[in-house]
Amino acid sequence: MPEKTSSSAASQDTDSSEPVVVFDDVSIKFDLKPVLQDISFTVRRGETRIILGPAGGGKSVLMKLANGLIQPDSGRIRIFGNDITEMPERDLFKLRARIGMVFQESALFDSLSVEDNVAYRLHEDHVPEAEAHERVIEALRFVELENTISKFPPELSGGMRRRVSIARAIVSNPDLILYDSPTGGLDPITSTTIVELVIKQRDVSHTTALMITHRLQDAFLLARNRFNPETGKVEPLPDGSIDDSTKFLVLNEGRIVFDGTTEELVHSDDPWLKDYLS
Amino acid sequence: MPLVSPEVFAKQKLAAIQEYSILSWHAIANLFSLPRYWADIYTQMDSIGVGSMPIVVLTGFFTGCVLALQSATSLQEFGSVSLTGNLVALSMVKELGPVLTGLMVSGRNASGMASELGSMKVTEQIDAMRALGTDPIRKLVTPRLYATVFMLFFLTIVADAVGIAGGALVSVTLMGLNASSYFNNSYRALVYGDIAQGLTKPLFSGFIIATVGCYFGITTTGGTQGVGKSTTQAVVVSSVFIIIVDFIVSRAMIGIFGR
Repeated sequence: MPEKTSSSAASQDTDSSEPVVVFDDVSIKFDLKPVLQDISFTVRRGETRIILGPAGGGKSVLMKLANGLIQPDSGRIRIFGNDITEMPERDLFKLRARIGMVFQESALFDSLSVEDNVAYRLHEDHVPEAEAHERVIEALRFVELENTISKFPPELSGGMRRRVSIARAIVSNPDLILYDSPTGGLDPITSTTIVELVIKQRDVSHTTALMITHRLQDAFLLARNRFNPETGKVEPLPDGSIDDSTKFLVLNEGRIVFDGTTEELVHSDDPWLKDYLS
Repeated sequence: MPLVSPEVFAKQKLAAIQEYSILSWHAIANLFSLPRYWADIYTQMDSIGVGSMPIVVLTGFFTGCVLALQSATSLQEFGSVSLTGNLVALSMVKELGPVLTGLMVSGRNASGMASELGSMKVTEQIDAMRALGTDPIRKLVTPRLYATVFMLFFLTIVADAVGIAGGALVSVTLMGLNASSYFNNSYRALVYGDIAQGLTKPLFSGFIIATVGCYFGITTTGGTQGVGKSTTQAVVVSSVFIIIVDFIVSRAMIGIFGR
């Protein structure tokens, strides 16, 4: 996507130093079983937070909490400075105009074409048809899937569906993108393509993002590479350096076991973390 | 199915009734505030109304045929075979037209709604809709509700008409009755209260079909197996509700119109 132009006027009404996402002592149970316990972390503007952890650790639940799709049992969640914990759904709809979300299984609308899927939010906002079409083309060009515009989701491969889902999430130039396992269930080559798109989005638009992944190689690919706008390709950061806007959050059995930078993660002495990373 | 204590069972059922009531209320109230999805309402009218026409016509026609056949045989014993038209018209308009149309449309559309919305639920499409700033009740349930209520009203009229026509065909061709006499008797048998009763029922049935179908769809859990379960439950519950509400409405209408 091109660099943000207006990127929703609402984004400018909040202090730029204010964290975009704040979880404060958040807990949630399903059927009396604790899924997340005392989760507290902060994501600053422009930061990409990678959420790692074994399956069933509550990562997807955390992502849905961040978008207000479910409510916590206790604790507070602030997004762009707004407390969404008890926010009515009507107000959440307005707030979600600034959030893009990529779902685990893409969650594209089967009955709509790729164009209508990507333009869904634009149509809801009554963006003129010609402008919506142009923005859809732009978003699909970003994920290199312009040729699929008139196809339907069942005609696409898993990787293509995931890329269309990314196009749908970024078409409205959101201020926060939530990637829920965008590489889950994909082969390594397609996964790398998806992570490269995340890197491209991070380095071109500097959008704040939360990304869940099960694959450590995806996480480190994101931390050690950058998008070169001159060559249009993703390449390793010079001198083996690490992207300082990329940080990690590791969850295990509903609790945070690590919250910090890539350097801190790889040098952690925590035995469970060492075992997990190995 | 796991056994639960009576207290937990009662709480689950009460919570389900509460959830169903809230869903139904929002589905109704959404039409009175923006945004309104008129295109979806028209699409659903086409799918539910026009799509159900063949089964409604066939069911209505053959119900009228068999009604004429059965009643004429019995009426013959009393020498009142000429009253076949009265009996078919009254039965079709007051009872069989609305109820059978409701049951047929329930079988076709409550299941369709439950499976479509259930599939969307288990593939996170409903969450995606919310994440994209759309109220799923407003977008998915409200159009189905108003389309079903509106179209079921007209489908019932069609079923009544073809049922009476089916009765006429049997009466004239098999029983040797005079067509003019049949239609005259049918027309004279019906009064305003009968028509009002027959056309009030589909309004309730339409509401039940759409809200029950959508409720089971939108609360689906458990993957594809859950979708199948929701679909079955939607048809069973909506059919039983239609019959129960038919009895209540009939009683109320008899109280109002005296017949």
